[in-house]
Amino acid sequence: MSGSARRGETNRGTGRPPTVRPLLWAGLCAVAPLLAGCGKAYVFFHPQGPVAKTELHLFVLASLIMGAVTLIVFALVAVAVVRFRERTNRSARTAPYTPEYGDNRPLELLWFLIPAAVLAVIAIPTVTQTFRLAHVPTGGDPLVVDVTSLSWKWLFQEPGQHIATVNYVVIPAGKPVLFRLTADSAMNAFWVPELGGMEYNMPGEVLPLWLEADEPGTYWGHSGQFSGVDFEKMFFTVRALSAQGFSAWVQQVHRTAKPMTMSAYNRLLVFGTTGEQTYSSYPPGTFPSQASGFGLVGGHYVPVTGGDGGMATSLTATAAANADPAGA
Amino acid sequence: MTPMPHFAVYLIHTLFPPDVRRPTEIGADVMMGVVAIWIFVHMTRHHRWGWLWHEWFTTVDHKKIGVMYLVAALIMLFRGGIDALMMRTNLALPLHPVISAEEYNEVFTTHGVIMIFFMAMPFIFALFNAVIPLMIGARDVAFPRLNAVSFWLFAFGAALFNVAFVVGGSPNAGWTAYPPLTELAYNPGPGLNYYLMALIISGIGTTITGLNFLVTVLRLRAPGMTLMRMPMFVWSALNTSALILFAFPPLTVALLMTLLDRTAGTHFFTMGGGGMPMMYVNLFWLFGHPEVYIVVLPAFGVFSEVFATFSRKRLFGYDSMVLSMTAIMVLAYGTWVHHFFTMGAGPAVNAFFGVSTMLIAIPTGVKIFNWIFTMWGGRVRFTVAMLYAMAFIPTFILGGATGILLATVPADYQLHNSYFLVAHFHTMLIGGTVFGLLAGMYYWWPKMFGYSLRESQGKLAFWLFASGFWVTFGPQYLLGFSGMTRRMDTYPLGLGWHSLNVVSTVGAFIMGAAFLILVYNVLWSMRHGVRDQTGDPWNGRTLEWSLPSPVPEYNFACLPTVGERDAWWGVKEAFRRETGADEDAAPTPQVRAEDIRGLHLPRNTAYPFFLGASFFVFGFGVVFTWWIIAAIGFAGIACTLVYAWFDHDEHLPMPADEVRHHEATLGRLLA
Amino acid sequence: MSSIPLEGAVSAAWPEAHTPEAAEALPLEFADQEQSIAITGFWMFLVTDLLIFASLFAAYAVYRPMIASGPSAQQLFHLGPTLLETLLLLTSSFTVGLVVWSMRRGHRRAMVGWMVITLLLGAGFVATELHEFFGDVALGASWHTSAFLSAFFLLVGTHGLHVTFGILWALALLIQVARKGINSITARKIYTFSLYWHFLDIIWVFILSIVYLGGKIG
Repeated sequence: MSGSARRGETNRGTGRPPTVRPLLWAGLCAVAPLLAGCGKAYVFFHPQGPVAKTELHLFVLASLIMGAVTLIVFALVAVAVVRFRERTNRSARTAPYTPEYGDNRPLELLWFLIPAAVLAVIAIPTVTQTFRLAHVPTGGDPLVVDVTSLSWKWLFQEPGQHIATVNYVVIPAGKPVLFRLTADSAMNAFWVPELGGMEYNMPGEVLPLWLEADEPGTYWGHSGQFSGVDFEKMFFTVRALSAQGFSAWVQQVHRTAKPMTMSAYNRLLVFGTTGEQTYSSYPPGTFPSQASGFGLVGGHYVPVTGGDGGMATSLTATAAANADPAGA
Repeated sequence: MTPMPHFAVYLIHTLFPPDVRRPTEIGADVMMGVVAIWIFVHMTRHHRWGWLWHEWFTTVDHKKIGVMYLVAALIMLFRGGIDALMMRTNLALPLHPVISAEEYNEVFTTHGVIMIFFMAMPFIFALFNAVIPLMIGARDVAFPRLNAVSFWLFAFGAALFNVAFVVGGSPNAGWTAYPPLTELAYNPGPGLNYYLMALIISGIGTTITGLNFLVTVLRLRAPGMTLMRMPMFVWSALNTSALILFAFPPLTVALLMTLLDRTAGTHFFTMGGGGMPMMYVNLFWLFGHPEVYIVVLPAFGVFSEVFATFSRKRLFGYDSMVLSMTAIMVLAYGTWVHHFFTMGAGPAVNAFFGVSTMLIAIPTGVKIFNWIFTMWGGRVRFTVAMLYAMAFIPTFILGGATGILLATVPADYQLHNSYFLVAHFHTMLIGGTVFGLLAGMYYWWPKMFGYSLRESQGKLAFWLFASGFWVTFGPQYLLGFSGMTRRMDTYPLGLGWHSLNVVSTVGAFIMGAAFLILVYNVLWSMRHGVRDQTGDPWNGRTLEWSLPSPVPEYNFACLPTVGERDAWWGVKEAFRRETGADEDAAPTPQVRAEDIRGLHLPRNTAYPFFLGASFFVFGFGVVFTWWIIAAIGFAGIACTLVYAWFDHDEHLPMPADEVRHHEATLGRLLA
Repeated sequence: MSSIPLEGAVSAAWPEAHTPEAAEALPLEFADQEQSIAITGFWMFLVTDLLIFASLFAAYAVYRPMIASGPSAQQLFHLGPTLLETLLLLTSSFTVGLVVWSMRRGHRRAMVGWMVITLLLGAGFVATELHEFFGDVALGASWHTSAFLSAFFLLVGTHGLHVTFGILWALALLIQVARKGINSITARKIYTFSLYWHFLDIIWVFILSIVYLGGKIG
């Protein structure tokens, strides 16, 4: 057999199964902190409200299904690699060698259908829950909180209560809260992981997000979208109080806090960070009255077409509905 | 002060503001200076400047352009990797950050931009250039000169982007550069202009490359090479090129609008005057999502070749592979909104795009099963390329699974912009693209350079890289569950983020070590690597392995006629049947002297280089809004184009005897 | 070293390879394989350019209501100059067709004549458009005014720049034809120029109907 060059280095070491030690170490390293830090730190797994719970449940459903698929594929790869690896001693090989095996229509159809079926199982609840979470649940009007992201701080205005707070917000527990988000700055995203997912604060637009805290408590939030140099400091807290505690807090603010003047608002617009602030009122016009694509009807956001979505008018009604701080 | 010193002060303040005078920048300056001086001295002492100019800078040979792309991609991988290590170091030390927030913002921006546009893209083009014409039996690409133009536009675009580090200041708004953070009100200074101009310039080059390879594959295939006989890597080049052609225009428009906002006072994305930042987000992701497939489809192509070759078996389910890849190409345009479910598109739109995103998983799943079944019934050799391919499947399936979790719209509300997302797209981009590109590099290295990379060193680098990858990104999935958002330069303790970040940083340094070993592997093999005598070191299946390594300038002395898929394998099988040779026999193909005719080669030209240089000058002028310099650059562009347009002398004839002589020295002339 | 003859290998040189049998019947610019490939490439370029315009049209559609404190489309547009522009450009599309027609018949002088007429019509178009733009800016409606005007000027201006570039290109073509005559390369260049010019005409029809007529209707 003249001229069949034995390939030197490339064939060396074939037949040896790949070493598993580095993988083992990698696995250990990754798992150790998971075990050590298991618990409350994984806020996504400790939802404190109905929105976060729905999101988690969907995630768990999807990850169980995808996990099963992943394991099947892992097993297939492992079998293929071990069974069909090239042995140094070719006569000792047991697995069949079928170099022309390249087509199997039923099999190919099968792995077209398997992912399709699996994804249908995930897609159906995804669609239904997406629509469900888009609207504040009916029954019990929500508390409306206007959220403006500034560089680099959060301004919360509660139109029903005429209260403005900076870098913290107080809400009643056990009652849906409708956050209306805008920005007088670069984009940010309003995110309280224990209560539910985020939504963007975008200049020139008002986007809705409703959340609810099951129990009174303090939940931290952070901006989900990079917005400049002090973005990292854009933490805020959500304090959920009982209904009585909330109305007591409202009365206390009205008694003790100063009103926000236009100059105080303008100071907030200056780039920089600040501590928590509380105001017993705020000047009108500091929150845009137009939303794009959404209208507020009876305290519930619905997509509408064209114009300002009738939001300016229905806002007044909602504000009136929220005038009673304890809620209807 | 007299006018001259005044001007000098202005110049220094503009070119070297405080944010390029930090210790890291100065350190980098010194390092780059030393390297530059060393290169200069070395080149001068060995009289290599002429060689560099005539053999490389003015070349239009696709193989050499491929090598230049590869070198550029590896250098950019180094820079992007250093950026990554700086970020990871900062996040491991939240109480004592080593770099400031300003610097961190620049570093994550340049990391993203460089890895996507200046590492992944040129790496892909390196492989396209190196083998696509060889695989389809062509003498070059359809437009060899435009190919050089593409390269130099990319190279000078990348140079412009990297200049920002030392002159004027780097961009700092993330690789996505959402307005209004990118508007003058939030981002004065030249940094963002660098981003915009560099991407526009290199984007033009990329578009031309897409056009070039689309036409190459459609028009230059050897006789008999029907579409359904093309190797899968060629299919991936075809689909990628089509994606590039359709995806880059929206990006160019979005960048141009931002640039006009910043330099000409328009109101596209500003906060006043009716500007809509949302418009940018849509345009960007209209490009951005197809871009994901632009960088991953070539990797799919590489894996298809690698699995078949190293399993000594034909690719399983060729038809469904082609079908699924084309389906991915089409579906890639229907999913862009999944990058911003949380921007108020409404439940109907979100649900639609959530489902369309899940649909893409179906063809991808088909491909995964087909790759596994390519090994089924084969004899699998664990070469470095194959190791990357085998590590790819589990990595990619996990990345795909987390992608499905992100496409589950309500869950995305929690995971969007968290470290879960960061880990997800790094799983796809490293586990998919980078594994694929490295597999391709090890696989085709002997074809490109004529010698193999040492396998043992490559395997060490692989194991470090693959395990370092999981140590880095495993914890980042968990950080996402703990609510850590991306792009934070530091974070408060007490949220349970610290230990996970430390582990992730350790992993990043393991990957860094793997890169160093890879570089050592290349340098060692340059001196001691095994020469590829046969041109077919892996017992390959496709046409490029029928040629000697390195490939002669004219590629094929006679254009081959293709009668089946895996054309070269078919020739070898016929030969083995006839002679009874064993299945590892490496025969040398021979051509008859009388079959060889004279041919034309594309003539070398300097104009692509000057065109790129003019674009650089133009871009630099725009960056600092120094319109005189921009005008000079523009004049350079115009002159070069006119010169090139009037030059019809594009071909260099090569007489048949010269080809015969060359083939004879290669031992490939049938007596 | 064993060897295999490459059975069935075609002996062919590039780029003369696979010249079709029917080459004689093809026009000059398609008969040469290399030029034919270049024409394919130019079609691909037109695809990319079309997508640039598609993005600009999409942006314009979104920005049209965003007039801020500036004029609306209805207030700004005058259909008189627009109709003149349309007339000029559509006629030039016809004359550029005659350019290719005479080129294929070898009527070099007719070809040059029609080309000059095409250029003059194109120049008239650009002049009318510039006049319109300067008029808008003089009224205070520049692209600094509002997002609507930014998008308007970018879309229509990009088209105008394309036409301007086309005029320069055709001038250079005339020089080249004068120097080298009609060969496969110059024939291909004239043919691709005509493709480009027709393409700009189609874009203009969309600008006319979506921007101007759509803007006037409101």
